[in-house]
Order: sequence, then structure tokens, then C-alpha cells
Amino acid sequence: MLNKNAKLSAKVFADDIEKAPTRDGFGKGTVEAGRADPRIVVLCADLAESTRAEWFQKEFPERFIEMGVAEQNMATVAAGMALAGKIPFTASYAAFNPGRNYEQIRTTIALNNVSVKICGMHAGVSVGPDGATHQMLEDIGLMRMLPNMIVLTPGDAEEARKAVIAATATDGPVYIRFGRAATPVFTTPESPFRIGKALLLWESENPKIAILSTGSLSHTALVAARNLSEKGIETLVFHLPTVKPLDGEAVIDAAKRTGAVVTIEEHQAAGGFGSAVAEFLAEEHPVPLKRLGIQDQFGQSGSPEELLSHYGLDAMHIEEAVRAFVAK
Amino acid sequence: MSYNEKMALTDEHIRALEKQAEAIRETIINMLVAAGSGHTAGPLGMADIFTAFYFHVLNHRPEQPEWEERDRLILSNGHICPVRYAAMAHAGYFPVNECLTLRKFGSRLQGHPERLRLPGMETTSGPLGEGLSQAAGVAYAARMDGRACRVYCLMSDGEQEEGNTWEAAMFAGKNKLSNLTAVMDRNNIQIDGMTEDVMPLEPLAEKYRAFNWHVLEVNGNDINAFIAAVDEAKAIHEKPTLIIAHTIPGKGVPEIEFDYHWHGKPPTAEEGKRFLKEIRTMGGKLPHEYA
Repeated sequence: MLNKNAKLSAKVFADDIEKAPTRDGFGKGTVEAGRADPRIVVLCADLAESTRAEWFQKEFPERFIEMGVAEQNMATVAAGMALAGKIPFTASYAAFNPGRNYEQIRTTIALNNVSVKICGMHAGVSVGPDGATHQMLEDIGLMRMLPNMIVLTPGDAEEARKAVIAATATDGPVYIRFGRAATPVFTTPESPFRIGKALLLWESENPKIAILSTGSLSHTALVAARNLSEKGIETLVFHLPTVKPLDGEAVIDAAKRTGAVVTIEEHQAAGGFGSAVAEFLAEEHPVPLKRLGIQDQFGQSGSPEELLSHYGLDAMHIEEAVRAFVAK
Repeated sequence: MSYNEKMALTDEHIRALEKQAEAIRETIINMLVAAGSGHTAGPLGMADIFTAFYFHVLNHRPEQPEWEERDRLILSNGHICPVRYAAMAHAGYFPVNECLTLRKFGSRLQGHPERLRLPGMETTSGPLGEGLSQAAGVAYAARMDGRACRVYCLMSDGEQEEGNTWEAAMFAGKNKLSNLTAVMDRNNIQIDGMTEDVMPLEPLAEKYRAFNWHVLEVNGNDINAFIAAVDEAKAIHEKPTLIIAHTIPGKGVPEIEFDYHWHGKPPTAEEGKRFLKEIRTMGGKLPHEYA
């Protein structure tokens, strides 16, 4: 059953649950944080509307910096502004930020340990029709390997807003991952959010398996868990909006209580969130583990629903995968 | 002469600065011999410009490296850091003998410079093409905050081959960052040979002018001329300024001057002794070492 302490939306399983893209949380969060802290500036690489950087631009035109299509320059100008006391947010598609400008981020932001918040939009296959070039599936891996870097992958637009505000309150580099498609807003303003903390969404008695999920697929995982429960398969579902630092306590707790773990992410199964969980559990509390994600492939054009289904990341496929894993 | 005196330069002052540059060159040779690796040509060629910065141009406080109102000196081509370390040490940021720890385990003087290890370093650099954008970011932020500090970026000619450099040039030109002065070490060499053979860069001045920069060209081994160029840059209020400083790689040691093979290697102990003698006798023009 749902964890009451998560204070999830009353419509969490309803067909008419509010939907919004997590990038909306970037727009709202930067405006809110910008009102509270004049050091915040937003740099955008010619994508103000689709990244929602435009929302900040409208309210703070003098603190919005148009970089043109130049993501390497965006990262390094942001590093310079942070050196001069600003808190810059850089906004572009994750394929280019951090895809294009990885070394700039590595040297001038991560090694330099400056307070730049790197915002990668349109991550995952759910970008849809744009196809493989724009469907970033390697960003979590790239960013979680960097020392000093915090990696956040919020689950919905409301949590994304909180993640942006929490990132401004954190000294040092942060990567935040956002999606393009409108997805269910399953958390509420009252839902707890802290960097480095997992959120227990679903808890059954005598769970056979723990589902650990990150990003907007956590709502899908929750739907799968409810369906499984109706068929007699009891689970725990943890949503981890922070990939780094990983909430080791929650991961161990999940593994100990169930003895088997499935991870879910809209990212390459290699190198991302599932890998982070696998690395941790292999050393701390080894249990059988299955990583759901993109299996060493690039994406392609299609609707978000078609693509998530094709790559096995809709509720039906997750349910099947969990069932098959439990049966083993 | 103290670092913050801003008087008109007399011949005497210039001679004092030139002598300071020689002391910095000697420290560079000593530190590279001790390190056993590192870059020789660029640091020697840039000794005059670093002397001009740390002993005349910069508004700074060596005893208070993070002083808020200081001018910012961003080094883009981090590999020439021995000259910056030597200049900083001679200016009083840290003891000169610490220079001998260059590139050694536990040293603050990393092979490529790191901001977090050495106060006053301003940023971490080495990977090429990233300094000009960082300097532009600092200059943009300083202007937003109405700060009077000036921002300088030292970069190499070889790193003009990096796309990021031109993204930064476009950005600084668009935003008319007149508090930013870039200095390009135009020594014509890079690791694989002469720049115009490896990847032709000219006409550099016209390229930067097309990007809405004010461009000056000087002899970068002439301290007086270089300081005059920096003064002119301060008087330009409509756009950023690029000073193309023509320098002689390996300057001060005639047997390695102009030789690109010395871009990325240090002198041996034996060579080091010989190079020091050449610096002290002005390439054999003086009968005795002055030191």
C-alpha cells in the first residue's frame, strides 16, 4: 500500500492525475529561487522556451544570459561567473549539456568545485519524435563519475521544483536531469525532499522484492507495484531522486527486507542509476539484482508511450519483468 | 618597486622590471630541472609579461590572495604555470624555494594549476580553450555587480585551434566586455611544430576584429611596450581588447629560442646549469655572470 508519509497526490492512481513535464519544475524552481537569492543567474544555449529558462528570463531579464548554440562556452562562462560569486544554472538538452561539454564541466566546474547547476533537459527516450541524437541516455553515468558532483533525477515537476531550490542551497556543482514529456505529478508540495534521501512510495507486508526507481518512471513503478499486489506479488517501491550521493541506508534496508532488488531508469542500464545500486549492494549486501533500463542501444523516433513500451519501461513490461525475476 | 605602485615608468623602473624577469627565468629553470618534466619554452617566453602583471599591472595583494577587489588574472594555457608560480613567489605569494616542489607529490604547485590548491590561482586550467570563456564569465559577473576590477586572460596561440576559444570570443564581443583584456602569447610554436604548419591561425588580428574586439600587437618581450598596450586596453570602453604579444619561445636562453622541441620538455641538470649561465650573461654578451 501507499506510504502515507510520502504525502503523495490523492490522484496518484487516477486517470486524470495532473501531468506536467519535469522541465516545468526547472522554470518554477529557478524563478522561486531567483526571488530569494540575487546571485542566481540562468544561462541558456538557444533553447529558452523548451527548457523553460524563458520563465526566469521574463522575471529577471538582466540575470538571464543568452549563450547562443554554444554549450562548451555556456559551461565555462558559468564556471567564471561562479568564480565571481554567482550561482549559475546552465540549461540545454542533456545530449549537449553535459553531452557536448563534458570536459569543460569536468575541469572548470567539477575539479574547480564551483557552484554551477547543470540542467540537462529532454533526457531519456521519452523525448519522442526527435530521435536518438536528442535522447540522452548516458548523462547519469557521465555525471555520477565526477568527484564533487551531486546528481539529481527528480520524479515529477513538483519534485523538480524542489530539486532546483535544494540545489541552490548546496554549495558546489550539481547536475539535475529533466524530461520533455508531461508525466504524472505524483508528489505534492508536502512530500518530503532532501538531497541524498530516498522516498518510500509503496510498502507491503512481507514484500518479496524491492523496486528502486529514479526519475519520472517512479510513478510507472508505483503503478506496476499496485498491479503486482493485486496479483499477489508484494513489493517495496523506493523512489531515489538523488543518484549521487546514493541513499545507502535505504538501499540496504530495501535489500535486507526483500532479498531481491529491481532497478528502473530511463537511461542506459550500464553506468547509470542501476549500476550505482549494483555497485553499492555488491560491496555492502549482495542480493540478486535486475537492472531495467535501455540495454546498450540508442533510441529512435516515436511517441513517448511507444518508445517506453518498446524499451520495456512501461507499467506492463515492468510488471512482467518483476514477475519473471521473482519466479527465478 | 612595490607591486602596487602605479607611477609612470622611468628607465630605472623598466630596468628593475627586466632584472625581476631574469630572476623569474632563473627560478623557472631551477624548478623545471628539479621537477624533471614540464614545459620550458612558453614559461621563458612569457617571463616578461608575467613580470609586468605581477610587478606593475595587477591591482592585487599577495598577502591577501582572495582580496575581493583584486584584478583577476585567468591563465588559460595552464601548462605554462611554472612562470606564474615563479612570478607569484617572487611577488610574495609564497616562498621562492617552494617553487622547487613543482610537479612533486603533495605540492601545491601541480603540473597544471589548480585553484583549490593554491590561493591566488583564480581557476583550474590545462585543457586548452577554456580560459577565455571563464574570464568572460568573471568579467560579465563583475560588470553586473558594478565592480571596478579588471579581468585578464592569458592564452596561447595554439589554443586558438579550439572551438571553445571562438565561442568565448563571440560572447565577449557581443556583450562588449570592455573590462576584459585577453593576452595571446603569439610564439608561433606548439607541440607538433610551427602553428602555421600544424593549423594556420592567421590573420589573427583580423579575426578578432571581426568578432568585435579591439586588437593591439606588441613585442611581448618588451615590458615597457606591453605595459603601454595594457594601458591602452583600459582606455577602450566599447569592446574587449586582445593584445597579441609576439614572444620568443625559450627567451633568454639563445640555444633553445624559437625551437618548438622545447615546448614540452624540461632541461636536464647539465642543460639547466648552462641555461642559467646564458640567462645571467645575456646569452654570452656579458663577460661574467652578474649573479
